Amino acid sequence: MLEEIAVNDTGDLIINVGPQHPSTHGVLHLIITLNGETIKNIDPNLGYIHRSIEKMCESLSYRQFIYVTSRMDYLSSHINNHACALTVEKGLQIEVPERAQYIRVIMDELTRLASHQLWWGAAAMDVGALTPFFHAFREREMINEIMEETCGARLTMNYNVPGGVMADIHPDFQRKTKAFLAFFKDKLPEYDELVTGNIIFQNRMKDIGIISKEDAISYGCSGPTARASGVSCDIRKTHPYSIYDKVQFDEVLETTGDSFGRYLVRMQEMRQSIHIIEQLIDNIPEGDFQAKTKAVLKLPKGEFYTRVETARGELGVYIVSEGGLTPYRIKFRSPGFSNLSALNHMAKGQKIGDMVAIMATLDLVIPDIDR
Amino acid sequence: MISFEYIADNIDKWLNNTFSPWLALTIEFVIVGVLCIGLFAVLGLVLIMMERKVSAYMQVRLGPNRVGPKGMFQTVADTLKLLVKEGLTPAGSDKFLFNLAPFVVMIAAMLVLAPIAFAKNFQIWDINIGVLYVSAVSSIGVIGILMAGWASNNKYSLLGAMRSGAQIVSYELSAGLSILVVVIFTGDLSISQIIESQQTGWWIFRGHIPMLIAFIIFIIAVTAETNRAPFDLAEAESELTAGFHTEYSGMKFALFFLAEYVNIFIVCAIGATLFLGGWMPLHIGNWEAFNSIMDWIPSSLWFVGKTFFLIFVIMWFRWTFPRLRIDQLLNLEWKYLLPISMFNLLLATLIAIQGWYF
Repeated sequence: MLEEIAVNDTGDLIINVGPQHPSTHGVLHLIITLNGETIKNIDPNLGYIHRSIEKMCESLSYRQFIYVTSRMDYLSSHINNHACALTVEKGLQIEVPERAQYIRVIMDELTRLASHQLWWGAAAMDVGALTPFFHAFREREMINEIMEETCGARLTMNYNVPGGVMADIHPDFQRKTKAFLAFFKDKLPEYDELVTGNIIFQNRMKDIGIISKEDAISYGCSGPTARASGVSCDIRKTHPYSIYDKVQFDEVLETTGDSFGRYLVRMQEMRQSIHIIEQLIDNIPEGDFQAKTKAVLKLPKGEFYTRVETARGELGVYIVSEGGLTPYRIKFRSPGFSNLSALNHMAKGQKIGDMVAIMATLDLVIPDIDR
Repeated sequence: MISFEYIADNIDKWLNNTFSPWLALTIEFVIVGVLCIGLFAVLGLVLIMMERKVSAYMQVRLGPNRVGPKGMFQTVADTLKLLVKEGLTPAGSDKFLFNLAPFVVMIAAMLVLAPIAFAKNFQIWDINIGVLYVSAVSSIGVIGILMAGWASNNKYSLLGAMRSGAQIVSYELSAGLSILVVVIFTGDLSISQIIESQQTGWWIFRGHIPMLIAFIIFIIAVTAETNRAPFDLAEAESELTAGFHTEYSGMKFALFFLAEYVNIFIVCAIGATLFLGGWMPLHIGNWEAFNSIMDWIPSSLWFVGKTFFLIFVIMWFRWTFPRLRIDQLLNLEWKYLLPISMFNLLLATLIAIQGWYF
């Protein structure tokens, strides 16, 4: 048993971080080889929260399997659902009404904001500041309320269906969203004051966990993790889906590739998300919120792939259909898995405290890594 | 006027008149011991409650508000829970050291209480090397922490204890050097003499630049010595789960917890005594009317007020700052604080010799 080996042959200390540990944010198990406080090797050990979602999807119809995907990356569940709905629509060539597309994108960006807020609080908590966590949750609660009114759920939204969204938006949706944006815009400078500008926080984050542009590409990093190294990989820009080609926003890029770079990218992304929602919220067109589809959906024989940008990076949905009621095979390309694979590369030679800071800026959601 | 000094003197007189001297002394020992333990219990209750309320208001929440009026008995309930909890000794641990460690930490905290002046002429032991005694005894606590980390047979505990050892030994230097600045100005090591010397004004005002620097360094160093955030590396919960007390439960854990809060009280009391005049009221030059009004406020209130102000500052740190990394922590001490305090000591000596203070 690994747990019984305290010191290995070369005299290094081995500690097991997780599966229950405050900094892994879930049931991730890291076997860390230490020399004093310096990390020599990190061996991530997965499988503690494997629910075989991909296999489950094979026995669910094309309407049903979308709901399971909310449980993968639970912080961007709406975006996961969106990706699956897009794949089914691609296969059936369903034209999604304009109104549904607008609602989907607004919801996507609200989800991204909520996810980044939680990340911000958790990242600050990982480096030892406990107060930001509560401030982040105060703002996130407002988004949850908006979601609750329109989707009926706060975390696993299940709002997307093939052909549009499940229900029309709540009458209060636009007013509340605008009120939230106004409130949150005032709070963002406060976030910077409390955490970004703090000298201790900057010392903890700068020049640690560096990953170069080439390494980021070869490890398959995506999302803010890769963009902090200067890899232009925002799917919303490079392969626009839904109505992302109609809105104005910037792809946030940093070149440092360190933890602070990843932090800054996410902070800027929050501002970009606000910008996107502001453009759309007043212009939601009238019309249907759902296209007319057949009662029973059957994808034609073939392979279908869609990718979207979740809060953590690129999510790919790959469906192989034999023409039946259920998919023959489903594979998800989850952003967290590839980002985690770069952890050893980033954290080698750093202190154990840095490992926690690096994991915080990778923004790992374990159910997304272990489906 | 009723004061602590008056009460203590009367009890002493009555005991000596009623019993033989050695019996009176024994009874006094017992009374002091019971009072010390009582003070510990009260401090534990008050400081833990204060920490919870301060953190709650900083974190936009209410804090405990269910047990008793405004949740004031929450700590009592928690203590009861810890009392009935099983104090587990893990298999493979060094049982003797494991069970001894919490008491070492606790006793070290208790001993430092001796020379602190709680009110005018109200002191357990006015030892003539007061501050030396304080800085010597307060470092015994680290032995208990190292003991706990080693005896637990847990790798997180060991890492936490080693961090704590490195940290406390380093920061002791800065704390000691900033205490020395006060000693230079006062010319005396005993706590009562240091307070007497602040009759015309607290050292933080009279000693201007070197005293201010010493005060700031002292506050940073004692925050580190008590293992409080941003220097709480010994128990950094996101890295080492709970550091050196990972394996402790029940009352043994409670002793560590209590010792932490009593240590905060003690270092803040020392800080208040050395730099803010202890129980000495705020006196400004020759403003006779103002000074006499200040004298009306009981000396014990002055002491408690100053101490709790410093405690609040240290709590404020904890709920605002992120944690430092171990190498940054040691860099801060050896590369910045120690050279600054040494230079500051020379500056203080120059100023004291030349008499350039108020």
